[in-house]
Order: sequence, then structure tokens, then C-alpha cells
Amino acid sequence: MFSEIEPVMEKYAGVPGSLITILQKTQDAYGYLSEDAIAYIAKRTGVPASKIYGVATFYTQFRLKPVGRYILMLCKGTACHVNGAAGIEEAVTEHLGIADGETTADGLFTLDVVACLGCCSLAPVMMVKGPDGEETYGSLTKAKVRSLLDEIAARETEAAS
Amino acid sequence: MRIVVGEGSCGVASGAKKTEAALAALLAERGGAAGDGSYSGITLEKAGCVGNCYLEPVVDVYGDDGGLAARYVRATEERAADILAGTADDLLISDEDAAFLSQQRRIVLRNAGLINPEKIEEYIAAGGYEALRKALTQMTPEEVIEEVKVAGLRGRGGAGFPTWFKWDAARNADAGGGAKYMVCNADEGDPGAFMDRSVLEGDPHAVLEGMAIGGYAIGAHEGVIYVRAEYPLAITRLEIAIAQAEEKGVLGKDIFGTGYDFSIRIKAGAGAFVCGEETALIASLEGERGMPRLKPPFPAQKGFWKQPTNINNVETFANVPFVIREGGAAFAAYGTEKSKGTKVFALAGKIAKGGLVEVPMGLPLRDVIFGIGGGIKAGRAFKAVQMGGPSGGCIPAALADTPVDYESITQTGAIVGSGGMIVMDEDTCMVDMARYFLDFTRKESCGKCNYCRVGTKRMLEILERITLGEGRDGDIELLEELAGKIKDGSLCGLGQTAPNPVLTTIRYFRNEYEDHIYNKHCTAHYCKALVTYAITDACVGCTKCARNCPTGAISGEVKKPHGIDQAKCVKCGKCEENCAFGAVLRD
Repeated sequence: MFSEIEPVMEKYAGVPGSLITILQKTQDAYGYLSEDAIAYIAKRTGVPASKIYGVATFYTQFRLKPVGRYILMLCKGTACHVNGAAGIEEAVTEHLGIADGETTADGLFTLDVVACLGCCSLAPVMMVKGPDGEETYGSLTKAKVRSLLDEIAARETEAAS
Repeated sequence: MRIVVGEGSCGVASGAKKTEAALAALLAERGGAAGDGSYSGITLEKAGCVGNCYLEPVVDVYGDDGGLAARYVRATEERAADILAGTADDLLISDEDAAFLSQQRRIVLRNAGLINPEKIEEYIAAGGYEALRKALTQMTPEEVIEEVKVAGLRGRGGAGFPTWFKWDAARNADAGGGAKYMVCNADEGDPGAFMDRSVLEGDPHAVLEGMAIGGYAIGAHEGVIYVRAEYPLAITRLEIAIAQAEEKGVLGKDIFGTGYDFSIRIKAGAGAFVCGEETALIASLEGERGMPRLKPPFPAQKGFWKQPTNINNVETFANVPFVIREGGAAFAAYGTEKSKGTKVFALAGKIAKGGLVEVPMGLPLRDVIFGIGGGIKAGRAFKAVQMGGPSGGCIPAALADTPVDYESITQTGAIVGSGGMIVMDEDTCMVDMARYFLDFTRKESCGKCNYCRVGTKRMLEILERITLGEGRDGDIELLEELAGKIKDGSLCGLGQTAPNPVLTTIRYFRNEYEDHIYNKHCTAHYCKALVTYAITDACVGCTKCARNCPTGAISGEVKKPHGIDQAKCVKCGKCEENCAFGAVLRD
């Protein structure tokens, strides 16, 4: 168990101040921080699990629940907000039936509303983090985002069959 | 000939990588593909963002003399063949768009978009690391600090604190035989700001060089860059830059044979706005929850691992090589009496030409927004500009002649901040903007101080009520009272400035608050609960709205104007979205 993070543990377990790095690497490996993973990190580092939980819940990057294959990082930065990000969120929510932080029943998409992706000139923007890396989509409209989601879903169905 | 594709995050999101791939494939077809990107006389390179994000992807073609021969804009992959064939004249940048750049004065962005950020040779060819050499071989640490003082460089992260003063304090601090640290704050947290991202993506060595010079000045041998995890490209380019700098010997042991050691490592932040605050950032570097603590002791005395630590922002560091190489006086020649040099602004929102803009301090807002940014999108009217993000405020159109410098902007109730400039037009609701920022600070409050934790939530609740049409007489005064208490009762900058977006919108747009509260009407026709939809005479009776209405509120005969039953309308806006004739009126 947790063999994927063994090299990380060997490098960082004894180094003070490395908790966030360890949590980041663990999340990279498993997609989220499970209760078991937190208990394991506590055992290996000697940092109490309660404290690890405190750190994990403080930062927006960490997730305590499994995520979908594609994470839809919908930007709600100021520029996106004034350019209609609320409407884009509405379109995603309606189309997939999930709210911020939720995952679709088929495990394909997780919606993650983020503060700012820094691509403000292309607002409204969404970054899609998938198995093949991340791709950013700009100047979104409700129609554009709907067809993007359909495209990904179709690609996945095709790959599965 | 050299072809350069702009590949900052904005460019990549606009398809720059696909354009580069298309160009590479076409060049390879011509034969002679080499591993380093050279194709029989033509080199294909990538660079960071030149700043005119609204024109991405941008492809520059340099002639054999090294000069820029052509700049193609909106150069998508489909046009790659035309660019190579020289038949893409329609994509050549217009004089008007070229003026976006020519009106600027670039110090921080001197190399962005021009050099390949993944090749240290190009940075060095552009005069890079000469300032570090000069500092280490010809200047004492005190002289370096003095030069920064002459320059009048102030912290570009938001507070505008004199850089030399911080360096001097860290230099004089007693490390008790232990280490001192030089930290770069690259946790660009203001939503709507992307200056630091572009600098890191486009010219990472400028930041490394600035840090090394600062490290020498304060007597540190270790540098840490605390960078947002949301900026993966910036992190990659920094990693490459650090490795190359170590290989070239401009970082690491015995730099330039002077015996001075300085190394830099990267620490990825995990997403917390409050970590922009120095003591919170230090807590986060130590692997803790990023919660601020009382000052003093200041980081200069007790910072990272309780050792003397100096923290500056990305843009501040990127200015340092210029200051040392050209001299403080050359830097101080730009700007106003108290705000020296240039400042990079991220121009976004309802602006015609969004992007990165670097101008001398003191230029009127109007020149930035209209002169460089081309005014408002789609010919709408300019209403306000938001500066300073969640800690700043909205400056109304009537104050458009305010010079952009620390003191003048602070007088308006906003702050220069890190440089985000979000332009708003008549369709932006100012009450909603205040609500938006309070929603942000409420979420990002670390929870240590009661007034910030509970106060921002209470303010948000009031603002939400107002935007839902449930505002009450006395709400404005209540907001003002709470704002004062939160400012007084908060330990760090987050809480102390959180009420600013509310206070400035009340100050300049009180009529909009009153319109919401007393008339149950949103002046900008934005707040959903307060708008009404109606169908005008422009309706041709296509029935599309009626078919898309989820509640059956729209009725009418084919080819005759339709009508909306207000009792059934849920104000979803589907009719407006679907109308091809502009016949749905939102009030």
C-alpha cells in the first residue's frame, strides 16, 4: 500500500517543513487525499493526523474526496466574473447535473470553481485537467462549453468501446 | 531567419502550441529538420508572452539581421502554411495594435516575448546576469542597497514599501550564526492579475538574477520561490531556468569566482490567498496552515525558521537587474516624485485590448485604459476600473484622470496593489462587484481574527440580500459600520483591506445601492432577482424563445410578436440567450 509515494517519503519524511510537498505528491499519485493516506503520512512523518487534516483543509488545492477523470477548473476571477463566468458555471451545472466540488455519477467530470487562472484576457476561461494533461479554453460561451463537454464525453465513450 | 511563437499561458490557450506544431511539421516537410529546432536556415523558437493577449497566438518572424521582419497576430494553426509562404499579410499586426506596445516603457517586461525563456543563452545575450556580475565584483552589499535606494524602488506586490529599507533591515539583522533567507513571493493571488505569471513564464532569469543580487545585499545564501500551484507553466520554466543558471555558474557555489554562494529552490503553494501576507507565507513555507502572526518581530528579524528573511514580489525582483546595471538614477528617471520607475498592469475585463501593459508611474488612468487599451469593448460606456483586487476598490469614470501612482490611487480609496486593472462598463453592477469580492475574502479569510472571519460573512450576507432584492433601509450604514470594525479588528492586510471594495462602491455608486434597496431595481440590469424580461416590437415571431422557455411563460402566434407572462417567468434569461433578433429586453 502507498508504494507510489515511497520515494517521496524517503526523500521528505524526515525533512521539517515538507508536509505540504508530501501532500501535493500524494494527491498527484492518487488524485485525492484519502483518510488512509493521511493516516499513513502521519505514521511515516510523526506529524499527528489531526494536524495533517488541518493543513489539508486549509489549502484549496487539496481534495479529500476522489475526483473524476477530468477536472473542470472553472475560473471565477474578476475578469471572468465581469465577462459572464456565472453563466458558464450555470451551463456546466445544468449540463452535467453537478455543483462546485461534485463529481458526475459516471466518474468522468469534477467541477472545481477556482479563484483565478491568470488568463484574464481570454475571460471567461476554464482549464480542463485530464489524463493527458491540462488544456485551457478561453472566450467561452454557454454553447461552447456545452459542446466541449459533449466532445470529451464522446471521446471517452469511443475509447471505452 | 528565425520564427518565434509566443507561448505564455494565454497564447497556449489560444492555440499557440498547435501553431508551433503546424509550423514545425511544414518546416520538417521541407527537409533538414534538426534536433534543436533548426530547419535548413530557419529556426523555430518559442518565447513568453509579449503582452498583447487579445491578439494571441502571436508569431514573430526575424530576418537574418536579427531585426523583427513581421509580426503575425491571431496566427492559428490553419494559417501556418500561409505564414511560411508569405501569404498571410491579412494577419500582420495593424499600426493601431502595434501602438499597444510602442506606447509602453518596458523595464520588467524588457525580454518578455522576445527571448526564449528556456534558453539562458538568450537571456545572457540580452545583457542578462551582467548586473549580478557587477554587484558581486564591483560593489559592496551596502552599495547595492544604496543603489536600490537611489532608484526609489518600492515593493510591487501591493504595499509599496521601499525595497532598500527591507533589504537594509535584513542585512543588519543578527542571524545568530545561522542562515538568512531571500524569498520571492510568486503567489499571485489577486483574481484578475497575471503580471507575475507572465514575467515568470517569459523571463524567469530576470527574477533569479534579482534574487541573487538581493541575496548578496542582505547576506543570504539560500533563496526560495513560493509560487502558485495554479501556474504549472511558470513552475516548469523556473525549474529549467534554475538548472541552466547552476550549470552556467551564475547560481550555486563561488559565483563569478567571487566566493559568493547562492542557490534557489522552488516551493509550490497550495492555494491560499492569505499566503500573500509575509508571515502567512512563511508559515506555509514551513509546511503549516498559512496563518499570519503578529508583527513585530518582522520577517527581517525572525522569518523562515525564525531566521532573518526578506520577501519581495516577482516584479520587484525583475526590476533589480535594471537598477544595478543602468544605475538607480536611470530607474528613478521614470515615474513621479514618490513613485519611481514603471509598473506592469494586467488590463482585463470589458477592455477592447486586454493584456499586459508596462508604463511609467504617474500616467493618467485614462491613457492606460483608452490610449493603450483601446477603451471599452463593443462600444459600451466606461463605468469604473477596479484596482488592487479584493484589497482595492473601484475608481469611477469621473476620476479617469487620476495619475497611476501609489499616493494618488490610494487617495481614491483603491490601491495600486499588485497591478490588476479590471475595467467595467455600464453592464457591470457595482453592488454585485462588492458582493463578488466579499465572497472571495470571506472564503479566503484564515479565520484567526473574529472580525475578519465573522465580519466578512455578515457583510456578504447583507450584500447578498441587497442583490436579491431584499435590501432594507439602513443596510448601507450597517455595511459602513461593519467595514470600520473589520478594518480595526483584523491582524493582517487581508482583513484590514477586505471592506475596501464595499466602501469604494458605496462612495462612488451609492445610487446603485439605493436603487437596489428602495426601488428593487438593478441599475446595470444584472442582478437576476431584480431584472424583468420583456419582448419588444423587434420580435418576428420565430417562436424560438417560447420553445426554450422552461416554464412556458412565453406565448404568441407564429410570425407575430410574442409576450412574457411575468407571473410564470423565472428570469433564467434563456429567451434573451436564444433570440437572434435582439427582441428580448432586460430591465
